[in-house]
Amino acid sequence: MKRYDAVIIGAGHNGLTNAAYLAKAGLDVMVVEKNDYIGGAAVTREMHEGWFYSSCSYVCSMMRQAIHRDLDLAKHGLLLVPYLGTVAFGDRGETLIEYTDEEASYNELKKHSPHDADAMHRFQADLGRYAQLIRKTLLRTPPDPSSFKPRDIKELLWLAKEFYALGERELYEYVRFFTMSAAEFLEDYFENDLVKAAMASPGIIGTALGVYSPGSAYVLLHHVMGDVDGNVGAWGLARGGMGAISNALCSAMKAHGGELRTGSGVQQILVKGGKAVGVALENGDEIYADIVVSNLDARRTFTKVMDKNDLPDGIYERAENFKIRGSSGKVNIALSGMPKFNNVPDNPYINRGGQGFVGSLETMERAYDCWKRGTWSDDPFIESVIPSAWDPTVAPAGKHWMSNFIQYCPPKLADGEWTPEKRDAFGQTVIDKIERFSPGFKDLIVHMEVRTPHEIENEIGLTEGNIFQGELTIDQLLFNRPFPGYGQYRMPVKNMYMCGSSTHPGGGVSSACGANAAREILLDLKRPNTVPEDDCYDE
Amino acid sequence: MTNEPAMSADPFQGERPRHTHFHERQAALNVREAWSAWNGFRFADYYYDPEYEYFCIRNFCGTYDICPMQKYYISGPDAAAMLDRMVTRDIKKLNVNRVTYCVWCTDEGRIVDDGTIFRISEDTYMLTCGSPSVSWLRKSAIGFDDVTITDMTDEIAGLSLQGPTSYSTLKAMGLEGLETLKPFGIMRFPFNGVELMVSRTGFTGDLGYELWIDPSQALAMWDALYAAGKDFGIHPYGETATDMARLEAGFIMPDMELSESLKTIHFEHDQSPFELNLGWLVDFKKPHFNGRRALLEERERGPKWTLVKLDIPGNKVAEGAIMYDTEDCDNEIGYVTSAMWSPSVKANIALAMIKTPALKGDIWAEIYYQKELRYYRKMALCEVKDKPFWMPARTRQTPPEVYS
Repeated sequence: MKRYDAVIIGAGHNGLTNAAYLAKAGLDVMVVEKNDYIGGAAVTREMHEGWFYSSCSYVCSMMRQAIHRDLDLAKHGLLLVPYLGTVAFGDRGETLIEYTDEEASYNELKKHSPHDADAMHRFQADLGRYAQLIRKTLLRTPPDPSSFKPRDIKELLWLAKEFYALGERELYEYVRFFTMSAAEFLEDYFENDLVKAAMASPGIIGTALGVYSPGSAYVLLHHVMGDVDGNVGAWGLARGGMGAISNALCSAMKAHGGELRTGSGVQQILVKGGKAVGVALENGDEIYADIVVSNLDARRTFTKVMDKNDLPDGIYERAENFKIRGSSGKVNIALSGMPKFNNVPDNPYINRGGQGFVGSLETMERAYDCWKRGTWSDDPFIESVIPSAWDPTVAPAGKHWMSNFIQYCPPKLADGEWTPEKRDAFGQTVIDKIERFSPGFKDLIVHMEVRTPHEIENEIGLTEGNIFQGELTIDQLLFNRPFPGYGQYRMPVKNMYMCGSSTHPGGGVSSACGANAAREILLDLKRPNTVPEDDCYDE
Repeated sequence: MTNEPAMSADPFQGERPRHTHFHERQAALNVREAWSAWNGFRFADYYYDPEYEYFCIRNFCGTYDICPMQKYYISGPDAAAMLDRMVTRDIKKLNVNRVTYCVWCTDEGRIVDDGTIFRISEDTYMLTCGSPSVSWLRKSAIGFDDVTITDMTDEIAGLSLQGPTSYSTLKAMGLEGLETLKPFGIMRFPFNGVELMVSRTGFTGDLGYELWIDPSQALAMWDALYAAGKDFGIHPYGETATDMARLEAGFIMPDMELSESLKTIHFEHDQSPFELNLGWLVDFKKPHFNGRRALLEERERGPKWTLVKLDIPGNKVAEGAIMYDTEDCDNEIGYVTSAMWSPSVKANIALAMIKTPALKGDIWAEIYYQKELRYYRKMALCEVKDKPFWMPARTRQTPPEVYS
């Protein structure tokens, strides 16, 4: 049987990126995927005739454009389209509109608070400063602070230099920022409740933290540090849905000679003499390779597809304790027409952009309290977008699909496991809330797909449905991701690597984890590096 | 009450730009009041957001007002011969209901202008171009007895519709049979008692059409088009988005790549077709045409300059960059004519004029860029590209993809 240079487990976007760069370097690679379709959480599926849902992830801003460019993803069919006009809805139905035009946005903020309209500039400058530094680390391997290797020392010095370039005051502020809550951070800037709520909401997306929990400030930053064509903080939609990203990566991977096998779940990573030698599939087939790369999350990798006895002491326990709590739900809705929202101008730009049903900091915190108790709030935070308003390929002409991301949704309920009835009740809560802001909304619904952590884990394998493959708190970031001592993609078993979002720089459709892992693998194999440098260093 | 005409007269009327046939609708949509002017007409730079409008071209469809573009009917039994004598391409090969892209030159083989020629009937051609050309056309007609030149610029309302959903929009408007229209073809449809001429042409490198109609029905056509395109993301776009799309497609723009010969002061600061990489437009197999001798000579010795498509590392746009043969800027070898960050291709692209012999060596761009007011300089080693940065299969696909 054919022996591969590398086998990659999981055809999510990072696995495909990893495989593409290994294939580009001339390696014989095989990607195995448990589902019959590829993409993992970056996937488009026709769930109702004529409607193509981005079932899981739904927008994109962290995708490294250096990779997009280097792998020629445009030629492989990828087009990222920025979308405009996000509206935040407060508890009483009041709205805050984020216009593309700076002057218009300023006027809008001023209506809510002249103070906040001014402070927004300072807020954006501060956040921009933090984001810029983090952005520079995305396509780099974190240094190991305990290592004396020249490469690690050099990288540590680089990082230190970047930090010191912030200036003394900002250095202190940055360290504070990493441990702050989103709400506390925002108190420094804003007075208006809706402004605060709107700005805080990215701090809880995908995270089992509340707006008042320490660490949520960083999550906020993680969501605004991306950019679309240099427009920092902008978000884009992939034409054809998020699956278009995975499809383009897969096509690039195949163009470099890589192979893909779908419907091939991995039963176990084969280890012989302390070295990874391949994978055993659920159907009994075995695929041998010099290198095994897992795109699964850290918990799943070490506790589900590896034998505890193949691991050094303590790793299994670390994986079990890896913080990967499920906290989010997703409701995908097919609509017979474009919904209209109260207190939103009915023009093609604003009425069709994103909707943030943020309520207030208090409402968001109450929703978090429900999650802690193992239930869901009847007034959850919902982040919605209507991709069909920006993409003619995902719904029939004149019809729409709406993506609704819900924070929070517990992985297990206080009264037991999820059942289809409870799942539907959760979905009902979501549409009840939207109906409050968009009377008549329910009458437009043609089809609905409700996804709790239970469905997300079962379908795409993310433990507890955690969208980031592990929480983005400082104990699990940079060289501590996934575990201290294993922040450079090499895992405790020889010839085994990880390339998913459980590694640096974490969650989000960035391709960075997969590319960074490929660079490390090629370094170990003494092969020329094929992974490009990021293009953000001149910023 | 007295009616004092002096009170209502606009003292600036004489210097205000004219309105095109579509102005009424476009003015209502120009939320940003971002206007410039073209050939005396008020003309939009953009309407709401330039990048949004650019993405309409690549993702949905958009309309671009081509009323200010010059349109001439050249008709009569000698029309073909006259045009054939004027332009470098073989016009006798152009069939009825077909369109061709051309340049025309001075005796020295320098480009006067570029444009498209539509053969709209056996003996009638429509020439469209960016700049007024009555004078040159009349000169070119000297010696041809039976040819009439009519300026139709004000008599035809032209609207370009570009983008992947353009075909679906026109189908929704009821244009039966459009599926068979191939690139550079012309079809006609009845519309409100007049004829709507549709050509599969454009300036964006994408699937697209140009619509030509009697001005009396211009607004009615706009309304029908926008009603049909409502579910296909139709949106007007202006000069900014056009310039982005055409650069990705590798098309030249007057006053960017092309300095019209008749308006150029400095010696050889105009261009020849070979210099602009348009040698494929020059047909030496046909009999004499303007500039033939000079162009033959140029073909023999090679053009002094060559326009190239460049892929530039990094994301700092090379606008106005001077090019050198080494990183240390030893010798100047050329200059960038147009440059942009391509949102579709995710590449830092440019068109540049390079001294032809220097193409054998390295091409370094000296790029100036700004970071919060402060200027920075960087050198970037450029890569010459043969193919357009953007030219998807759908541009030529017949019948085009249907969105429904």
